[in-house]
Amino acid sequence: MVWLIILGIVAIVVLWGIATYNGLVKSRGWIKEAWAQVDVQLKRRNDLIPNVVSTVKGYAKHEQETLEKVIAARNQLVNMQGATPQEIMETSNQITGALKSIFALSESYPELKANQNFLSLQEELTNTENKIAYSRQLYNSSVVNYNIKVQSIPTNIIASIGGFKEESVLETPQEERNVPKVSFD
Amino acid sequence: MLHQQIIQNKRKTILVLLVYTLLFLTVGIAIGYFMFDDILIGTIIATVLGGIYAIAMLSQSTEIVLKRNHAHQITEEMYPMLWHIVEDMAIVAQVPMPSVHVIQDDSPNAFATGMSPDKAAVAVTTGLLKRLNREELEGVIAHEFSHIKNYDVRLQTILVALGTAIALLIQFSSYGMRFGGRHKSNNNDKNSVLGIVLFIVSILAIFLAPLLSTLTQLALSRNREYLADATAVSFTRNPQGLISALQIISQSPDMKGVDPQSAALYIASPIHKKEKDSLFATHPSTANRIARLRNM
Repeated sequence: MVWLIILGIVAIVVLWGIATYNGLVKSRGWIKEAWAQVDVQLKRRNDLIPNVVSTVKGYAKHEQETLEKVIAARNQLVNMQGATPQEIMETSNQITGALKSIFALSESYPELKANQNFLSLQEELTNTENKIAYSRQLYNSSVVNYNIKVQSIPTNIIASIGGFKEESVLETPQEERNVPKVSFD
Repeated sequence: MLHQQIIQNKRKTILVLLVYTLLFLTVGIAIGYFMFDDILIGTIIATVLGGIYAIAMLSQSTEIVLKRNHAHQITEEMYPMLWHIVEDMAIVAQVPMPSVHVIQDDSPNAFATGMSPDKAAVAVTTGLLKRLNREELEGVIAHEFSHIKNYDVRLQTILVALGTAIALLIQFSSYGMRFGGRHKSNNNDKNSVLGIVLFIVSILAIFLAPLLSTLTQLALSRNREYLADATAVSFTRNPQGLISALQIISQSPDMKGVDPQSAALYIASPIHKKEKDSLFATHPSTANRIARLRNM
């Protein structure tokens, strides 16, 4: 009888351990999935930037410096294989800043502002910027959710046995802290 | 809080279905009394007809609600900004992309409908697209997504569908009341106690059923708006967009072709905006909603 009870308790503990382990794996998977969303948008933006630059070039010939800055930051981001999400987001934030100044340019070039191609590119870029911001929000909430699990008792026992480490959230630049999205207009 | 709301909404849905079954039966008694002199026949007719009709309405409720509000489905190319905002909100709310619809109406307003989060639809008026900037539009769409996520849309869509079915049955029975009088004069238990009771029940059913169905809808819709506003802000992290959108919407003229059954679905009441938290209001007053948003 005693053995039966002990066996029952052991079985429950083992089952709990397996369930907890799987829960942690799932939570970590969600972080990866959330990052994949960010990554898709970063790639989309990288593809859009050359089009924007070539459209703006025709109208704003004296703004070479601003345009080059965007291209440089973009190329840097393209070549960042193996970097951590945090490092990638830092470079991405530079691009966001540089793009803002390109769209601010359009204020002084009425012809550019009226260009249909430019307008649709502007909407496309606003769209990717917002998607980056919102997927970053999703990434961060997945990380927080996972970290809570890793830290809580008794899940932390399984986490340390299974080698689950805390992940860090993506920092938001100060000026964007209250409003995650970007409007270029 | 959202989790609780989801459970509550699922429970309310069952309650609503029960209340409407009772309403169908009562109307059935009325039809039986006035048209066939036999409450059993009337009850069977109302249950069978009403049941078939209600099931038909429920299975197509999303399409019916969209059609009754003259909403037309759009593609990304037609309204890129609206489409992109809906995509963004689908990301943060973690629900599948709903279908997007536009209503030709100068009054700014919006609603969501659908039987489940993965078969939802979002509709906005052209007036909303014209008058709101991106930030404000985001607030409105986020509000609609919180209704989708917490199953408000299912509850409300069922209410619209069943309300329409009840309205049809009532029409049928009041037709019988007008033309069934002659038939009834042969009734031999006209003066019996049962006859009088049935007469009163029938009259009550015909006049109270629509009122009751409206009141249920109103009571269920008012409280959920505050939660949807709060959830919307947790999506956009920006109360200002929704605040200024609500201000613009509340100061605009009424919608023209609005379907009264669907009024409770909209983000702000589309008709006769009495800004009071009364029993007959579909929405809490905009002033109260904005005050709560400011405190967030």
